[in-house]
Amino acid sequence: MKGYRKYFLNKMAWFVVTFIAAFMLNFILPRLMPGDPVSAIVARLAQGMSNATGVQKIYEQYTELFGTNKPLLVQFFIYVKNVAQGNFGFSFSQYPRTVADVLGSAIWWTVGLQLPAIIVGWILGNVLGALAAYVKGGYDKVLMPVSLFFSSIPAFGMAVILLVIFGVQLKWLPTSGGYGFDMIPSYTWPYLASVIVHYQLPFWSIVLIIIGGQAIGMRSMCIYELNSDYVKYSRFLGIKDRKIVGYVFRNAMLPQVTGLALAIGTIVGGALVAEIVFSYPGLGTTLLNGVMGQDYPLISGATMVITLMVLISTLTIEILYGFIDPRIKATQSEQ
Amino acid sequence: MKHTLNQVFHSPKFVVGFSILMVVLLTVFIYPLIVTDKPLKIIAQGSFFPPGVYVNVFDSTNSPATYILNLENAAARRIASKLSNDDRLAMKEWLVADGVSESEIDITNTEKLLALWVKNYDPKKDIKGMTNARRNYFVRLDKSLEGLLATEGAIIAAQNPKTGTLEKIGSIEQSDYVNINQVANVRLLLLGTDNFGRDVTTELVSATGTSLMIGLVAGLIATTIGLVLGLMAGYMGGWVDDVIMFFTNIFTVIPTFVLLILISYSIGQEKRGPFTIAVVIGFTSWVWTARAVRAQVTSLRNRDHVNLSKISGHSIAGIIFTDVLPYIASYVIMALILQISSAILAEAGLSILGLGPRTTETPTLGLMMNWAMIYQAQILGKWWAYFPVLLTIALVSFSMNLMNTGLDQVYNPALRE
Repeated sequence: MKGYRKYFLNKMAWFVVTFIAAFMLNFILPRLMPGDPVSAIVARLAQGMSNATGVQKIYEQYTELFGTNKPLLVQFFIYVKNVAQGNFGFSFSQYPRTVADVLGSAIWWTVGLQLPAIIVGWILGNVLGALAAYVKGGYDKVLMPVSLFFSSIPAFGMAVILLVIFGVQLKWLPTSGGYGFDMIPSYTWPYLASVIVHYQLPFWSIVLIIIGGQAIGMRSMCIYELNSDYVKYSRFLGIKDRKIVGYVFRNAMLPQVTGLALAIGTIVGGALVAEIVFSYPGLGTTLLNGVMGQDYPLISGATMVITLMVLISTLTIEILYGFIDPRIKATQSEQ
Repeated sequence: MKHTLNQVFHSPKFVVGFSILMVVLLTVFIYPLIVTDKPLKIIAQGSFFPPGVYVNVFDSTNSPATYILNLENAAARRIASKLSNDDRLAMKEWLVADGVSESEIDITNTEKLLALWVKNYDPKKDIKGMTNARRNYFVRLDKSLEGLLATEGAIIAAQNPKTGTLEKIGSIEQSDYVNINQVANVRLLLLGTDNFGRDVTTELVSATGTSLMIGLVAGLIATTIGLVLGLMAGYMGGWVDDVIMFFTNIFTVIPTFVLLILISYSIGQEKRGPFTIAVVIGFTSWVWTARAVRAQVTSLRNRDHVNLSKISGHSIAGIIFTDVLPYIASYVIMALILQISSAILAEAGLSILGLGPRTTETPTLGLMMNWAMIYQAQILGKWWAYFPVLLTIALVSFSMNLMNTGLDQVYNPALRE
């Protein structure tokens, strides 16, 4: 365990640095707009809102919250303080709900949908890819172009296709929402059943997309490993095929884990758009509502939360990787 | 060079991918020469006209020549188009509810069924448990059945501008035909119209062109930035490498998607053209190329031929162009292809979120998808509004992935089967 300390500290440090960078980008990018961004935002918002007191309230609250008349540096510290307290202000489009409230209900839908979907898709994809590399022949010849085609379909495209086939044509599964429109969230059986039924289409569309990409990567990796010297040597020694496959799988797996850590941002981004197709009540749909409603605080809050989610999952994968790959331990104990 | 190209074009995967892309590209270039309409011109009054050949009714009645064809199934088809099987079943249902015995009704015999219907149907009769909508449906059905079995033709009349009375100017028999080539106005809407009443085919071709352009611009920008940074980091090493890798590592982990959303939103709707979006995508997706190029260059830096050039006193630029770039060229081209296809997907994702290019001038594949989603084409079963778009996106990125896999197998012998 001791050997890992440096590795983990290094990863943690990167996490903190990246988070700070993301945080600053989240703050600065919208402020790069020409003119006074916040008043522009509020002016834009005021056009769409008929509730005069609401506009006034938001304007005051927003100027106070972000200190628009103060210098940029002061604004930044106000922003830091607010975010640290989980205070993202009021949502423009869903006033009087606060952004924290809107995001708080959306985030669990997204986590509950994407986390299992990514894990299942990743495992299935790797198993299929390894099989393709090992079995070769017809299975490989069929599976490869199919996976390549599947991974070429964007996540939202897969979502639409599944929705049309199973939701609209066959009418097996509901087409939108996270639960029946006639239900109130509660821990009752009918509600849970409804949630599970609504879960299927978004879940499988994300899984299918991930399978394609992972299978291709894993296949290349396995072919690479199967041609390597240690495999040939093991074959000469007469080691059983099953055992060799075990080695190969493990060695090919490692780059796949790193690959997942690097690709998770892209995967999450694609899956968020897939959520929109199903109007799933997660962060993707929240983001869409934010854009449609010119709701700047909501967009800013949502992107912050998404970034944080991606950073945390990357960190988790990297820490797990440290345990899986013996080389990490070896390099650490050398020093 | 010739040998390499020869090798590349012998890879079946590359050739298939390349052919698909060429077909798409040729369509994008040739189609506008044939159909010169503006892609976003609204031609239809109403939304989601199904695909098909649209024949002008006025012109066909005024066709210079009419031909008489005595075709066997013409009458049956005419009736079938007006009286579907569902309608027949509904008629039976009404008649049974009215008290006609079920054995008496034969829904396959149109003549008998109609006779029964005309004899028994009474719009004023109140049938128990029937909703008002259903009652109205029967009234409409009854009306549409009028003259269904008639064998007479129809008379065309025009209003006399002086007297205001109708005067017969011609008649149409049931066996009259016109040759479609002689009808002045026939329009083929291969993929129907979209929610705004625009020709989907024309729109799709134009959108594919724009999206490919976005992909190319974004890909070139990303590859250039990635190449320059990767070369600098890899070749110079030291603090330059540290600084560049510091930022590269940060931008690898921060999701590109989030950056795209923030920047596109900050730019604002009015200033977001397709080109701007392409530039934004390009500037946010160089990270992968930079990493890959750096890794390659680092391993090249200490090779003998590079050292030899250094000792011979060649300039850094010279060394990079003659001793480093040729070795990573294949890699960079593969990265460029991937960048192009992922930029097309990125644009589509952004547009679905409502952060795509502004909508007044040119369509993009993402925007078409966005419109189809907003107007719920997928729920309404208007497949022509979204499926061709999805297929195009998938085909373009499939062809590029195939080309990439093909190149990979040529340049990376370990992956060959």
